[in-house]
Amino acid sequence: MKSMRWLIRLMLPYWRRILLALILSTLAITSHIGLMAASAYLLARAALHPPILDLMVTIVGVRVFGLSRAIFRYLERYVSHDVTFRVLSQIRVKFYQGLEPLAPARLLNVRSGDLLSRIVADVEIQQNLFLRVFAPPFVAVLVLFGYGLFLAHYDVRFSFILAACFLVAGLGIPLGIKGLSRGVGRRMVALKAELSTQVADTLLGMTELVVYGQVQKHLAKIQRTDQKLNAQQGRIAGLSALSSALTGMIANLGLWAVLVLGILLVEKGNLSGVNLGMLALGTFSSFEALFPLALVPHYLEQNRAAAERLLELIESEPAFKSSGVLSPKPKGMDLAFDEVSFRYESDAPWALNQLTFRIPQYGKMAIVGPSGAGKTSVVNLLLRFWDYDEGQIDLGGYSLRDYTPEDVRGFIGVVTQRTHLFNATIRENLLLAKPEATEDELIQAAQQAKLHDFILSTPQGYDSRVGEGGFKLSGGQRQRLAIARVFLKNAPILILDEAMAGLDPLTEREVMDEIYRLMEGRTTLVITHRLLGLEKMDEILVLDQGRIVERGKHGELLQQQRLYHMLWETESVFN
Amino acid sequence: MFDKRLVQEGRPVWRYLLLTVGLSMGIAFLAVAQAWFVSRVVAGVFLEGATLRTVWNALCTILGIIVLRAVLQCVSEISAHEASSRIKLSLRKRLMNHIVSLGPVYARGERAGELITTVVDGIESLEEYFSKYLPQLVLAVGIPLLILGFVFPLDWKSGLILLLTGPLIPVFMMLIGKLAEKKSLHQFQDLSWMSAHFLDILQGMTMLKVFGRTKDQVRVISRVSESYRKATLSVLQIAFLSALVLELLATMSTALVAVTIGLRLVYGTLSFSAGLFLLLLAPEFYTPLRTLGLNFHAGLSGVNAAGRIFEIMDQPLMGIDEEAVNKEGDTLKIRREHVLSTDFHLSFQNIKLTYQPGSTLALNGINLSLHSGEKIALVGPSGAGKTSLAQLILRFIEPTAGEIYVNGGLHRTISLESWREQIAYVSQSPYLFAGSIEENIRFGGPSATIEEVMTAARGAAAHEFISQLPDGYQTQLGEGGTLLSGGQAQRIAIARAILKDAPLLILDEATSGLDSESEHYVQQALKRLMLEKTALIIAHRLSTVRQADLIVVMEQGRILEQGKHEELMRKQGLYYRMVTEYRGGSI
Repeated sequence: MKSMRWLIRLMLPYWRRILLALILSTLAITSHIGLMAASAYLLARAALHPPILDLMVTIVGVRVFGLSRAIFRYLERYVSHDVTFRVLSQIRVKFYQGLEPLAPARLLNVRSGDLLSRIVADVEIQQNLFLRVFAPPFVAVLVLFGYGLFLAHYDVRFSFILAACFLVAGLGIPLGIKGLSRGVGRRMVALKAELSTQVADTLLGMTELVVYGQVQKHLAKIQRTDQKLNAQQGRIAGLSALSSALTGMIANLGLWAVLVLGILLVEKGNLSGVNLGMLALGTFSSFEALFPLALVPHYLEQNRAAAERLLELIESEPAFKSSGVLSPKPKGMDLAFDEVSFRYESDAPWALNQLTFRIPQYGKMAIVGPSGAGKTSVVNLLLRFWDYDEGQIDLGGYSLRDYTPEDVRGFIGVVTQRTHLFNATIRENLLLAKPEATEDELIQAAQQAKLHDFILSTPQGYDSRVGEGGFKLSGGQRQRLAIARVFLKNAPILILDEAMAGLDPLTEREVMDEIYRLMEGRTTLVITHRLLGLEKMDEILVLDQGRIVERGKHGELLQQQRLYHMLWETESVFN
Repeated sequence: MFDKRLVQEGRPVWRYLLLTVGLSMGIAFLAVAQAWFVSRVVAGVFLEGATLRTVWNALCTILGIIVLRAVLQCVSEISAHEASSRIKLSLRKRLMNHIVSLGPVYARGERAGELITTVVDGIESLEEYFSKYLPQLVLAVGIPLLILGFVFPLDWKSGLILLLTGPLIPVFMMLIGKLAEKKSLHQFQDLSWMSAHFLDILQGMTMLKVFGRTKDQVRVISRVSESYRKATLSVLQIAFLSALVLELLATMSTALVAVTIGLRLVYGTLSFSAGLFLLLLAPEFYTPLRTLGLNFHAGLSGVNAAGRIFEIMDQPLMGIDEEAVNKEGDTLKIRREHVLSTDFHLSFQNIKLTYQPGSTLALNGINLSLHSGEKIALVGPSGAGKTSLAQLILRFIEPTAGEIYVNGGLHRTISLESWREQIAYVSQSPYLFAGSIEENIRFGGPSATIEEVMTAARGAAAHEFISQLPDGYQTQLGEGGTLLSGGQAQRIAIARAILKDAPLLILDEATSGLDSESEHYVQQALKRLMLEKTALIIAHRLSTVRQADLIVVMEQGRILEQGKHEELMRKQGLYYRMVTEYRGGSI
């Protein structure tokens, strides 16, 4: 229930609007009760043939209720949706604030697009939170009390009948159905997931299925799962049919019981016959408040599960805590690793094992090695995404730990294999690197990255949108944009993390010139598993399983005929 | 909102749909009866001094009606679900069959995700169309007519009020629906932009962190959320307004009926019992019309999903060319079913290929032949058409122009299954299925014994690492299962191909991402796999290329040059450049 408390806390700031929405909803139902009750009362009074003037108040009442019902309903819808979206925005912000310190270390296993989409869906599902989970029970209770009081005015036993029916239909039936459907619901979710997996398996692996003649077998498997799913859905549908039939029946039974009690009271002279129809019809109408309750357990479960997944994410500990002190002023831009060891989990093998190297200011070093050798871990440590376990990393004469992570990142410009472009304009994507940059600075950076002419050729120049909805950038243009960002940021340290991977050789060659220009006057660290053009490096480290196995210049390493040479030999030739 | 083709899907289950509608009509009839008894009882007690004893029989009848209504209600809903469930089952099956028949080229890349969604969720959204919307469409006409049948004989004035206001509800609904469709539905689809934006930020979080921009995003998110709220509300407002109009029509005409009856009661032109009966019927008259309005969205999403589903099912299939088959003699056909098991000869003659009409040529005039026992290496930059060539041989696609011949006969007259049975294919990123490793290898030979599976794994240099896994060959792969490295997955795929032992091998070499150890083993395994086989290799490695009998250099859908390594090096063409530039590259 912790997740529910979290959600309620997020709703609290809007309690005024929430209260208003609840009251409006109650008034809408009250108007409905009023319309039917007043109409029945009007008919009963009229049947006694009074002068028309005596009926005027009732007639006006009927008309007002008819009008107010629709208006209250409209207002209620507006206010409650307004609340919903405000709460949703709050959830998004709070979730993001909780997530931000954890990225990217604690999000490593949720980085895939699929899981991220699920997170987003978990947030969006909270749309139901107020509308379908919180509001219905409150409104039902308010209607019960309001109309109960009205009934008690005639005979308190009417109120008891109402309360009994509300309890059975509002609490008993939903809980009973939930109890009956518990196992079914879980099985259904599991089967739906299984169906999804099997369909995905079949579509994504179709090449293999077709080549190995396994298509029919897989289709039959899907069909079987679908049938099982259908059987479970049938049960759920049966239960939901039972629930709605029972709820309807209770409403009718309430009308019946009020009628019977009313007849008895009329017989004894304790109730005027005029009121009999009014009480029965009013009671029946009041059950409108109960119908949404049937689905509350379902939505509650859904929202709670989603909220729990969100909380679980943002409650994990950050990879390390920033000391938050003032950073020292570095005495240069040299980098030094001294016997640095690091692993991602305390029981995992060492990702980096006693790594020692030094890049002098403006020096150029490359780290190569097969995948899984620990190259990316070096970048993760430098960017302070993770903290190292042993040894010492120095930047400009001070320990990396003496700086705030934000300041360290401020010194470093990164070009990675996959440059994330936000679904925004080119300008906004560039300005990420330096929000206060002037137009001239922007254009200069784009020119240095040889991107300017291309940008001008797009329909709206710097204001063209990229990514989804906009035009797509080619791999080379993406990397140029990343390069332009680094020019703009003008960071003294440059990390190229597989910056050329995924580009075809011709594009690679073209972009390379800009990369060289970017390296000028910066301390550079190149991470790559391709051994292309490493002749210009001052030093090359060959990493394998977290250790430095070879080091030296390109020519020296080739002569040694060891891992570097082997990598060189098996390297892909044609792309 | 009334999709003809979708409704026709309901034909096989018309009995269930009819039952649903029939029962609902029965319930409506019972509601009328209940109203009649209730008004009689109230009138009796109120005006005629009846006691509980005298109206007890009537009360018991009402109780019976109440219970019967509940039972019918339950059966009607179950029957509606049964109908939709059968439709879903059948449609999902046919849709999957069709997608699979369209082949891997249709379902590749980004489209796969969308197809999965359509098969799983799209079909699911038809449930409400058939169980709720479609029956309600009939009931929204039937029930009001039924009720009018009781109202008119009793009081034609009330009947007239209902008759005049009732149809206004669907009319207004349609008008508003049209308006909404024009104005808001367009935006409604865009309403997912908030979640898209949020996803964008989450995906780019690392990037934001590098640039120290994560903290600002809080403001951005709340700002975008705020404008999203306003935009959404302005769209929803139209929906709310439409609800207001509908609600107003129903309540105001109920009030109108009540007041009219009240006045007539005063003048004594109508009995109280009849008046109350009419009043009780008014909500019953409007309810089905309003329910239809509530189910509008179910109908809309059903129709939208159906649009996509039928669009996929209308994609033309390719198969064997029956006409061409008939032209050939029967003897020739039979002989060619297992054509690759003996000496064969495969030739491409002036092949052209476009993936979409009007788009650029993926292959442009390819002439190539492959004899049994040969190993051909295809090289060239990405986008040169190497993979298209492999897809053509596997018949995932048909050439736009030109013909492929097998031993002089037309390639497309051989049945797809028996043709593919004779080919083993190892793709660049092999797909491993949810299931055990053993099951995954057994793809190559469903009837293979576990020993044969292990032998194949040994040949693929996979046995060792599989044995080291805690569950060995029973290790579960796929979502939630063990994750294998790229090299390990490659070796499983090679084991599959070894087990299949097909005469023709098509191989797409992995470009990168293997660790050095895997790399070595994969190379060894491939060498063994290719022994004594005919092979077409999309090559990325110099070592593989050197061993080939023929190197085919492709660029932009054309064959630029072909020959052995030494010949091509002497020629100093593209191949020479690719080899030397890579070697002498200055970064």
